[in-house]
Amino acid sequence: MISPGLAIPLALAVPLIGFIAIWLLGKHPNLREAATLVTGGILVVLAVIVFAAVGEGQRPGFVLFEVIDGLPIAFAAEPLGAMFAVIASGLWLVNSVYSIGYMRGGNEKHQTRFYMSFAVAISAAMGVAFAANLFTLFIFYEVLTLSTFPLVTHKGDEKARNGGRVYLGVLMATSIGLLLPAIVWTYAITGTGDFTDGGIMAAHADAVGPIAGILLGLYVFGVGKAALMPVHPWLPNAMVAPTPVSAFLHAVAVVKAGVFSVLKIAVYIFGIDFMADTGASLPFMWIAAASILLASAIAMHKDNLKARLAYSTVSQLSYVTLGAMLATQMGVMGGAMQIAAHALGKMTLFMCAGAIYVAHHKTLVSEMRGLGRVMPWTFGAFFLGAMSIIGLPPMGGSWPKFFLMLGAADTGQLATIAVLMISSILNVIYLLSIPVQAFYMSPAEGDAKPKGVNEAGAKGAGIQWGALQEAPILCLAPPLVTATGAFLLFFFADPLYNFLTPMIGGG
Amino acid sequence: MSLISQLPVLPIIVPIIAAPITLLLPKGRAPHLWATLFSWITFATCVWLFSEVSANGTISYFLGDWAPPIGIEYRIDLANALVLLLVSGIAALTFPFAYRSVQLEVDERQTPAFYGALLICMTGLLGVTITGDAFNVFVFLEISSLSAYALIAMGARRDRRALTAAFNYLVMGTIGATFFVIGIGLLYQATGTLNMADLADRLIGQNNRMVQAGFAFILVGMGLKLAMFPMHLWLPNAYTYAPSAVTAFMAATATKVAVYVLIRFFFSVFNFDFAFIGASFTYVLLPLGLVGMFAASLVAVFQEDVKRMLAYSSVAQIGYMLLGLSFATVEGLTATLVHMFNHALMKGALFMAVACVVLRAGSSSINAFAGLSKRMPVTTWAFILSGLSLIGVPLTVGFVSKWYLLDAAFSAGHWYAGFLIVASSLIALLYIGRVAEQMLLKEPAEDGKYALPKEEAPMSMLIPMWLLIAANIYFGLRTELTGDIATRAAEALMLSAGGAP
Amino acid sequence: MDDWFSFILARYNYWIVIVLMMTGLYIVFARGNLVKKIVGLNIFQTSVFIYYITIGKIAGGTAPIYMGGELDAAAHHEPEGEHGGDAAGHDAEAAAHGAEAAAHDAGEASEALHAKIDNSALDAGNNLKDALKKAPPQSGEAAGSLHAAPDVSSDVAEKISNNTLSHLDKTPPNPGIGPGLDLAPDGLHDAAANAGHGAADAAHAAVEAIVYSNPLPHVLILTAIVVGVATTAVGLALAVRIREAYGTIEEDELEAADDIAEFGRQASAERAPA
Repeated sequence: MISPGLAIPLALAVPLIGFIAIWLLGKHPNLREAATLVTGGILVVLAVIVFAAVGEGQRPGFVLFEVIDGLPIAFAAEPLGAMFAVIASGLWLVNSVYSIGYMRGGNEKHQTRFYMSFAVAISAAMGVAFAANLFTLFIFYEVLTLSTFPLVTHKGDEKARNGGRVYLGVLMATSIGLLLPAIVWTYAITGTGDFTDGGIMAAHADAVGPIAGILLGLYVFGVGKAALMPVHPWLPNAMVAPTPVSAFLHAVAVVKAGVFSVLKIAVYIFGIDFMADTGASLPFMWIAAASILLASAIAMHKDNLKARLAYSTVSQLSYVTLGAMLATQMGVMGGAMQIAAHALGKMTLFMCAGAIYVAHHKTLVSEMRGLGRVMPWTFGAFFLGAMSIIGLPPMGGSWPKFFLMLGAADTGQLATIAVLMISSILNVIYLLSIPVQAFYMSPAEGDAKPKGVNEAGAKGAGIQWGALQEAPILCLAPPLVTATGAFLLFFFADPLYNFLTPMIGGG
Repeated sequence: MSLISQLPVLPIIVPIIAAPITLLLPKGRAPHLWATLFSWITFATCVWLFSEVSANGTISYFLGDWAPPIGIEYRIDLANALVLLLVSGIAALTFPFAYRSVQLEVDERQTPAFYGALLICMTGLLGVTITGDAFNVFVFLEISSLSAYALIAMGARRDRRALTAAFNYLVMGTIGATFFVIGIGLLYQATGTLNMADLADRLIGQNNRMVQAGFAFILVGMGLKLAMFPMHLWLPNAYTYAPSAVTAFMAATATKVAVYVLIRFFFSVFNFDFAFIGASFTYVLLPLGLVGMFAASLVAVFQEDVKRMLAYSSVAQIGYMLLGLSFATVEGLTATLVHMFNHALMKGALFMAVACVVLRAGSSSINAFAGLSKRMPVTTWAFILSGLSLIGVPLTVGFVSKWYLLDAAFSAGHWYAGFLIVASSLIALLYIGRVAEQMLLKEPAEDGKYALPKEEAPMSMLIPMWLLIAANIYFGLRTELTGDIATRAAEALMLSAGGAP
Repeated sequence: MDDWFSFILARYNYWIVIVLMMTGLYIVFARGNLVKKIVGLNIFQTSVFIYYITIGKIAGGTAPIYMGGELDAAAHHEPEGEHGGDAAGHDAEAAAHGAEAAAHDAGEASEALHAKIDNSALDAGNNLKDALKKAPPQSGEAAGSLHAAPDVSSDVAEKISNNTLSHLDKTPPNPGIGPGLDLAPDGLHDAAANAGHGAADAAHAAVEAIVYSNPLPHVLILTAIVVGVATTAVGLALAVRIREAYGTIEEDELEAADDIAEFGRQASAERAPA
């Protein structure tokens, strides 16, 4: 079998080989799609190998070469990164199946470019997951931004261009303007950027002390992909992309890379104890809490389903940031588990939104009343996903919330607990209402047809009520898979907790 | 009289003998092939010289075997070996690149003179770098400048504004060079010698007005040549209207050599005891560098002509180099040297891409770039990759430069400079993004104002350009050549100036 | 008041330089005609030539051209390139090692030259004087010329200079002169190099030892003149081309034409006549 140390560079190389294969097979769609799926499969296997090794206590690593003196491109697997890699690769496979259904169902153009960009993006995500130092993290973080740009502007029209402009602008501005100086500054003060258990700042406490807050701020806002308000605008603007891209961006690669980076920097560069001692993280905890509430409030007013899900994502991502900034072990644990739970839950929601679009070309929530009767499976999956996001048992999303509240109680930040609860209530309002309306309400005017009428409506391609009109199977199966995953996560929380415990230092 | 003992003079002798012969060749292919051949030979000698210096230390060569301080000495240490390598390398790539571009932009009857002048310009720049004698610097500087004026004027066939641009450059450049020679004269009056090493010895402890005036004249004179804000006004027009191959060559070399001269005078001739040195770092280089960075970048965003945009971008990048210099630390000096090298690679590639577009589309206006990714994908990606390098995306030389600069800024305690550096990088994102958006996302212009490119640029232009891009990526990943050598050179320079290593 | 006046008058050469320099620069900026700009540049450059001349001129010194007969072996020592006296560097080595050494080394470098050296101290004196003018290690201002050298801090040096000037056919009273060669051995290299001809000449005309002006600045000026001429030529050629292309060589009309080309309209405040 492949050793874990070798699996890491392979995890980066295999998608790049897939990239070339997709390019060469561009004229043969079925073979091209097969290339994507095969690559995805291999990637999952590699990620699981590393995951298993880390679970046994190993820390496999791989050093590429030194770019500048003292700055190697190096990889090292630890619990958080290994978990992220498994989630990313697994969900990429699911998303690839979904993409095939969506792109073919919608007859989209430029499909080869689409799959090629995806391959590079997942390779970059693996790079972020396994980065052993800040320098390597930054490299792959930037590659991720650039490789997802063609995906966001895929449609090529004016809206796509504008969305792409905001996307690239905000992400590059934050990464070059805030994150890069923060990284260089860290290297300049501490002499290293390696991710280390307990953080590297504690050893240089006198030098870092006064600027700890500034540095942390630079990091937290510099990692624009974590979408902490106010650097979140790129996320709603990225909704111009086709839904598989949104599902990937909002569940798998980009946002998770963002919050993962924040968590990793908080734990392995600053160190939980250092942050707690200096109190540097306190202001950002409040900003994260505000972000949670504000984003939820905005989400409630959005009629466009994808926009609503986008703001919901901003809110949910701030859970992770909140967990990191609570600077307690339980808080960090909650944040880490939220990465997994939210990935599964949000992906379900987005894939359902795409399925609805492919089947019936509906994008507005107000148009989806009663749709559940013709798309029961889709809205069923949506329901489960929404439950997970809200944080209700028996869905996986309940555990992160629980740990976050524990962490908040640990620090005495009781207001944060209130924030978490209010957020759940808001989530119920704007998320659960969608499947409830779909199942229980009558269709909106214009689509209203008496029950039993089968022929096409006045619009020409209306909904044929009474008959089951689900999305194509390739668009239907993946959200059901992820919804099931979110459900199973509830029961596998304990192994996950044990797996992640080394990250928080024993626990 | 073996070859190796005469090695230091070869980079000068070889092209300077070849240049007049170029004038005698018949117009057409011959001058170009001849010039290219000699540019390659010169590059080979510079590579050899570089490996000698980096292995065995500073080389000192007496011209004609006459000992300094009377005789002219060529003194090559790591700092100027790096610049020699850079100039000859860029020349070795630009010369073969130039043929098709020059065919379009320059009158055929002028081609022997063109290639001759190009060789002379290269010789002048190499001479400035390689010499260890202050007056010799002036001579070679003027050699390169005069040929540059002529080269720029040869773009008049496409746009007559090349003539006025060349004239303005002539006036300003001559003033600058004359200031420089006045400064040399003042130093000579104070010490009686022109050899740089000797000057360094004799200037120790001297702090009188004569030396201060000399220093000031040298600073302003070279500042004009390196386009230090606000003496950069000649640059945008000169770069815009010159033949595109000339722009590619000059943008990558001329200002860098001037920065080198400044460094050489600051550190190897003057020393840190000299009162004006510290003051000029803090009050001249730092503010002017910062202002240049921002002002020029902002102006670049609004330009309609891509060549002019990149010219202003060059002024901004010079600001970065001056900023690194102004920190007065080894890291700062290293950053400047690294950025000198890297920027030449980036700007050379960018201007080469523009030259390809000019060849096929007939214009360098930003509208001519619309939809280029469909007709000229290779050129498009060349521009985008070198543009990303300019912005400072990882895996490219631009990122390495940024890293060194930021590291120098934070280590020296000038953290505000670090943030200003990244802020102006973001402005670079704006103007590169504009062009990239045109190329990738806009539709090709149909109204016929800008000839639609029918095909990709010819191989003779694509290959050198992509070699330069490959260098961009290679030196972005492996920095032993640039980073390590620059660090060693910076340490040596610091030591010679009496500063703390 | 008197001091002031004499201070200014004594430095008339530098005033000329400054006036010409500023005049030239002013013409460049203020005149719109391209040819006049080039003329301004020329005046500016001329001021630099005069500056170099003035720092090379030594009171009572003559042109540094060697005129001796038997020593036309020295002809090939004519200043070439920018730093004349390079060949004389060999002579410099010889002269610097003292009288006997000079006589001995003669055989290596230029036999005729050194065989005639009777009064090596005399040469040394001349050389030393020249050396001091060019490279006084202690003084910063004195190098220019004797008439502007109030700050020579080395008394011995001054005495030597004066002594050699006035007592040219006597052995200098200060016995330290001979060993005074040690005072500035480096300078002697330079001095002897540049005064190589001078040394040879002095050897001949032991009675009337000749004082030469510093030849090195002359060489520098020649180079600068050549550069200036080349620049003027290129500038005028450009002016001709501009005339052909634009029909005018007035800067404001050119700017207006360029503005129209750039912006489609005139951007400058002064409207040039159409």
